Amino acid sequence: MRDKRMKMSLAKNPMNIIITGVGGQGNVMASRVLAGMLVNAGYFVTIGETFGMSQRGGSVMSHLRVSSKSALSPQIPQGRADIIIALEPVEALRVLVKYGNPDVAVLSNSRVVYPIGVITGDFTYPSLDEIESALEKLTAHHWLIDATAAAVELGNPVLGNIVMIGALVNTAMLPIDCRAFEREITKDISADKHKLNLAAFDAGAKMI
Amino acid sequence: MSKLLSPAKTEVLFMGNEAIARGALEAGLSVAAGYPGTPSSEVIENLATVTKERKLYVEWSTNEKVALEVAAAASFAGLRSVCVMKQNGVNVASDFLLHLAASGTRGGIVLVTCEDPGALSSVNEGESRYFARMLEIPLLEPADFQEAKDLTKWAFELSEKIRNIVILRSVTRMSHASGNVICGKLPDKSGIARFIYDGLITDPLRGPVISTPVVIKHTLQQEKVKKAVELFEDSPFNKYFGPRHPELLIITSSVCFLYSQEAISMLGLQKRVGILKFGCTWPLPTKLLKKYLRLTDKIMIVEEVLPFLEENIKVAVVGMLKEIGIKTFYGKMDGTLPSVGELNADLVVHALGKIMKVKYKSLPGSYTREIKKIAPLIPERELTFCPGCPHRASFWSINNALQLDGRGGFVCGDIGCYAMAALSPAIGFNTVRTLHSMGSGTGLASGFVKLNAFGLEKPVLAVCGDSTFYHAVIPALINAQHNRADITFIVLDNAGTAMTGFQPHPGLAVSAMGESVPAVDIPKICSAIGAKVAISDPFDLEGTSRTLTSLIAESGSLKVLILRQICALSPEKKGKKKFLMQVNEELCLGENCGCNRLCTRIFRCPALTWDQIKKKAAVDEVICAGCGVCYSICPQKAIMRTEAAE
Ligand code: SF4
Ligand code: SF4
Repeated sequence: MRDKRMKMSLAKNPMNIIITGVGGQGNVMASRVLAGMLVNAGYFVTIGETFGMSQRGGSVMSHLRVSSKSALSPQIPQGRADIIIALEPVEALRVLVKYGNPDVAVLSNSRVVYPIGVITGDFTYPSLDEIESALEKLTAHHWLIDATAAAVELGNPVLGNIVMIGALVNTAMLPIDCRAFEREITKDISADKHKLNLAAFDAGAKMI
Repeated sequence: MSKLLSPAKTEVLFMGNEAIARGALEAGLSVAAGYPGTPSSEVIENLATVTKERKLYVEWSTNEKVALEVAAAASFAGLRSVCVMKQNGVNVASDFLLHLAASGTRGGIVLVTCEDPGALSSVNEGESRYFARMLEIPLLEPADFQEAKDLTKWAFELSEKIRNIVILRSVTRMSHASGNVICGKLPDKSGIARFIYDGLITDPLRGPVISTPVVIKHTLQQEKVKKAVELFEDSPFNKYFGPRHPELLIITSSVCFLYSQEAISMLGLQKRVGILKFGCTWPLPTKLLKKYLRLTDKIMIVEEVLPFLEENIKVAVVGMLKEIGIKTFYGKMDGTLPSVGELNADLVVHALGKIMKVKYKSLPGSYTREIKKIAPLIPERELTFCPGCPHRASFWSINNALQLDGRGGFVCGDIGCYAMAALSPAIGFNTVRTLHSMGSGTGLASGFVKLNAFGLEKPVLAVCGDSTFYHAVIPALINAQHNRADITFIVLDNAGTAMTGFQPHPGLAVSAMGESVPAVDIPKICSAIGAKVAISDPFDLEGTSRTLTSLIAESGSLKVLILRQICALSPEKKGKKKFLMQVNEELCLGENCGCNRLCTRIFRCPALTWDQIKKKAAVDEVICAGCGVCYSICPQKAIMRTEAAE
């Protein structure tokens, strides 16, 4: 029965996805929406998440593991990510050096959120060129898009996470489409926010 | 409809804590009580959303001990109840728990403890599994999401069969992880409360509920434990996975089962290594254990954090040596696996690979070399208070007041978001010098001020949040007043339990179920104790510093300052800016300013950034919360604020 529900198949089984960002960027919401879409498509999804203290301006990460067979460990082993979605560029690199491998694909927001240590001058933030070149060297595919700008245009920077989901769906790396998003987003969100989320999704889709 | 009430047979994505809540509902739960603490809070939170549909009573209690008492009352009256807390909450509840396990219970009652190996959101990685053994209470540990639901449901049945409380232990990686769960049936009928107490004191079901006569009740309790083991011997929650003749047997429980499974498949050892997974971990079902120990002579035990399972297995093995022969054990005691921090598949791969002499195929060398080159480019991202957090402003004034006072005073910290001030000294402007358990800051402070007779003559401050105040501070405060400890005690009142997601507490006029309740007033309590009480808005930096400086200067009695400002993430404030901020680049002197960049080096609001090109301060509008506090920081008045339109 499970197999019948899976209309499209996974490029890899399991597929290991990491969503990363800075506390407050809507990381958890993005992982929920994406996971919901994949469960509807008939897969086992295991999400590993930590929240609490890590929410306070630190780096946050959700591990999503998609499988047609069973639940998996909620933590992806090192060097085993297939897709990394980063709501902040330096966070893409942080995850990449731990979970990356030559086949990994990275979709990253280009909008920077400076760590406190950079603001104080104790650390330096890499230039966009350095980030691009690191992505070039460590990934098989990568996309760097200004999701925050698109979200600000729609009136709320927090929609950046949905812009990223729109972009992700259009990379065609996962067996989900725009309709799956629509179905998922209608579940928990009020009707007025609905339109805004769809607009954010479309804006992201156009960026790929 | 709430996802929690999904119809039977539907498959949903549940967070571990949601699965536990659902399991309790399927068991016909009537009462739930708890105290918020990461990673446990979502169990009660979720139950609180379905109180009408399921005829439930749900409360946030002032602390874990009270929560357990509230849940126990329901059990005594024949209803099913659950009590939920994080690992160290069990320590708080343990005195009552000792007596409860001795008196026995009636309706099914489960203590759910969600623990935090690796202290991802705690200041300890305490283990409550030892409480199960010490207080002789059966212990269950789910290994995946489906089990989190199913085992919770079964825990109530077990509790009713043995007429005693059962502990169900989860961990962060289960409670806060999510996975597919197939729902079971929700019962149609709700329970009826009847408390029977006119039987004999020795009659556990009809007499008064009491832990004496101790020897008789203790004997009864141990019989219950024996009955539990018998049930454990045949429980489907203890299960073997693997070949018929494994070379190595992994014995594991909890989420470590998933790590072990993954490690075996990463190393391709499916045909050589088996797993015995225990869902019922104390007392160990020894017949079952013996059956699988016979499979091989090499045993590896995978668990978090301390070698609890390992100890219990080894003790059991001593009694069966003649039958099963000598075994070699790998675990925490011989250092195969670390006995601090959390485990993951990588750690298990490493240990298992070593024992089985297989190598894990890792990344190509050229790739790891690139990683080594790129890693140093990545700046650390320290935790900090949110943009617009009242605590940053509070500690700013605390630091100012201590500097003005000039006697080298310090602060004893406590548990909540503001604990970050101790965890990362720069965040608290180097004022906070101790951090322990809930309420301990105040007790420690009153101890410190008594050391002036021994030469420690410094003003001592204690801070605590509003929720912590009710939980454990009140006795310490009374102690300070009674013993004339002239501490300056500061309540960082941000109107909710911010750290764990704004659960209501006794200071608010709303209950967990959304009903209106009387608010318990902190200033009135402090005044009633006899303290001198002042109230200030931490965003008023000048006023707060002034009040605090004068309080610190006064000696001879207990002084209380209540700093009131709502948390920046609270639903009332989130996304709403009070002020629009802008840096006037003409006025900002940049690096030349004599202030050493108070704004961006010392104050450390993540939204107040430094423009590397212009060498001036700048506000990141995307993350600025518009609290307006930085306006008062800049000596040049270069940071300007304008009231935002509604
Ligand atoms: S959640 Fe609230 S109390 Fe905690 S750091 Fe953020 S603003 Fe401060
Ligand atoms: S107003 Fe200033 S202190 Fe408040 S959040 Fe914005 S930048 Fe930070």
